[in-house]
Amino acid sequence: MGNEEAVFFSRVLTETTLSFHIIYATIGVGVPLMIMIAQWVGIRKNDEHYILLARRWARGFVITVAVGVVTGTAIGLQLSLLWPNFMELAGNVIALPLFMETFAFFFEAIFLGIYLYTWDRFENQKKHLLLLIPVALGAAFSAVFITIVNAFMNAPRGFDILNGELVNISPLLAMFNPAMPTKVAHVVVTAFMTAAFVLAAIAAFRLLRGSDHVYHKKALFLTMKVGFIFSIGAAIIGDFSGKYLAEYQPEKLAAAEWHFETTDKAELILMGVLTEDNEVKYALKIPYGLSILAANNPFAEVTGLDQFPEDEVPPLYIHYLFNLMVFIGMWMSLLSAVFLLGQWRGWKFVASKWFRWLIVLGGPLTMLAIEFGWWFAEVGRQPWILRDIMKVSEAATTSGQVDSMLILFCLLYFVLGVGSIVVLRRMFRRNPVEKELEDRHAMKGRDVR
Amino acid sequence: MNLEILGITVLWTFLFGYIMVGAIDFGAGFFNAYSLITGKQRVLTKVIQRYLSPVWEITNVFLVFFFVGIIGFFPKTAFYYGTTLLVPVSFGVILLAIRGSYYAFETYGSRGHKGYSFMYGLAGLLIPASLSIVLTISEGGFIELVDGNPVLDYWKLFTSPLTWSIVVLSISATLYISAVFLTWYANKARDTEAAGLLRRYALTWSLPTMIAAGGIIYELKKYQPEHYNNIQNFWPMFLISFLLFVGTVFLLYTKRQYGWAFTMLAGQFAFAFYGYGASHYPYLLYPYLTIYDSFTNPAMAISLIVVFILGLCLLIPSLILVMRLFLFDKDYVRGKGDYHA
Repeated sequence: MGNEEAVFFSRVLTETTLSFHIIYATIGVGVPLMIMIAQWVGIRKNDEHYILLARRWARGFVITVAVGVVTGTAIGLQLSLLWPNFMELAGNVIALPLFMETFAFFFEAIFLGIYLYTWDRFENQKKHLLLLIPVALGAAFSAVFITIVNAFMNAPRGFDILNGELVNISPLLAMFNPAMPTKVAHVVVTAFMTAAFVLAAIAAFRLLRGSDHVYHKKALFLTMKVGFIFSIGAAIIGDFSGKYLAEYQPEKLAAAEWHFETTDKAELILMGVLTEDNEVKYALKIPYGLSILAANNPFAEVTGLDQFPEDEVPPLYIHYLFNLMVFIGMWMSLLSAVFLLGQWRGWKFVASKWFRWLIVLGGPLTMLAIEFGWWFAEVGRQPWILRDIMKVSEAATTSGQVDSMLILFCLLYFVLGVGSIVVLRRMFRRNPVEKELEDRHAMKGRDVR
Repeated sequence: MNLEILGITVLWTFLFGYIMVGAIDFGAGFFNAYSLITGKQRVLTKVIQRYLSPVWEITNVFLVFFFVGIIGFFPKTAFYYGTTLLVPVSFGVILLAIRGSYYAFETYGSRGHKGYSFMYGLAGLLIPASLSIVLTISEGGFIELVDGNPVLDYWKLFTSPLTWSIVVLSISATLYISAVFLTWYANKARDTEAAGLLRRYALTWSLPTMIAAGGIIYELKKYQPEHYNNIQNFWPMFLISFLLFVGTVFLLYTKRQYGWAFTMLAGQFAFAFYGYGASHYPYLLYPYLTIYDSFTNPAMAISLIVVFILGLCLLIPSLILVMRLFLFDKDYVRGKGDYHA
């Protein structure tokens, strides 16, 4: 296998692992917060439904965490196995957040074990809830630290290269690079948003599939509320991300927006197709839109792709990834806003079948937006693995067996994906809410119906 | 003590931690699957699952800590080991993934699912075998530089008796460590039937472990005389290790003091492991990589150590809490009260 092939297969394998891992990682970051909110509401209102909601989410969460942990271990090792030259450099400059991440992960793992095995062990429920705080913190900080490493790849700082040697290394400067604030905030907030909408989709699905139990209605209302809040947060942070890109990675923004020539009063291009001479057709164009996104000023000048050598421009299909991510985000804000308004104003249609189907669809859609977002982030950095410092093609392994490993890992992810779905379905089928509420009712001897 | 030695000592300690908790974990999974075949699951499954359940995820973290730490402290290892270990470590990762997820599927999803139990039991046993190959490679001679890039010679690796002695040691040590620990745990749970069976497993695997360990030293003499000579300088550590081994077997044989038996076993492996590590010094990979020429810059080293100390302040109390709740809590160990979500 020639080196070009090794680079190609390394890219495909990394992309496959990340695309699979991010599903479980996003759930892993977002769901602990949801469990915490449900348990907190349950304790405050003294409502068994919310407590049971937390408990059932926690049970499902363990399965997704298990897959998240093992695929996270896989990507952690693959970074060194597939990109050894990059990791040698990265180890010198950005190892600190990677190292911190293991501690966050450690902390989360310990308290998750305790939390799961101490239901009803404490007289005071609040003590049990306290155990969940380190789980949620550990999960969120894992995301923060890993995203810092990714931010560093986009905006490397904290070192100089003198005659091929790394000098003036400052691990803290490397961590607090310009890409870090928007990127970290965006990843964490969208994880919360996605977890909320995925759980909302499950609740809506149960309601569609015959159960009219108020338990699911409470779940739906709670998750849509949380989802709405974080979707607004995601939109605001997304706007800041646009401004970050305009200033620090203009080629990424320009490629995502098909902005070929540097102009002021730049228009925002939505969807469309590109002809061979890079002419945009069939697109929806919003005048001044890109200038506003880039600088909050309709007359601002926005750097176009004409300012960059051709071999340093990322592939232009990222335009679609970027657009689809934004569309889904906005759609979910709208959908949850309408649902909440409808609940408040008593609109009948928000409890109708078709509306609930839209909510069900929202779960996979939001997850898809996460995928689009990461593909955009990674492909949009091409050809660099470390912007302006190291190209992807220089970073890859020289090993000749990447293609066979790719096949093995694809099989693994298939087995894990199918396995986790089968187990989750079986787990909740065998023990439906109604039955569990009755059991608890019998056990506690008070009304928990 | 310089920063290089401090760094490698920290990492070596975490690797030791992983080997111990991992061995207990993987061995337990295997004994559980084995008891399904031999129809003894009634005796073993309960006590094994009682121990395993709350801690499985913690085990994995020790490994992650080690490989992230070694890239941080010794970035050059990414180049040498990263390039050459693609296949063996990928196999290890796949086994780890099967083991971790199917364990969770069985425990939380479908209790008693036989297929899942076999899958994670077997995967667990193969993990030490596949990961231990890294130790073999570190002895040198299997990696050559071709056009400045390290290349692993698979044929040489898999026909070397050293490789296979290390593989045998990793498997038998896994079963031995696990059986000794579980004997103690079952005894604490006042489950005499399980303790009796596990004690037999422990005695069965004690001798193969020692023979395999001796075999490795013999192979090293032929294979890497430099390392072999260094081992001679550390003979007191290996002697103490051997005496502790004798002590463990004696206590097990006479059915006394299982807690001390396990403590001595931990001591046996600690002395052997640190003795091996110290005699490997200063090489991370014979003859290309020492801890000095692969060490990171001082700024990174110091910040890693600061983070490490802060992290420990967070971790040690948490680990103590886990142990008090699950390992040393009599009611939990004896299975009174099930508080699982």
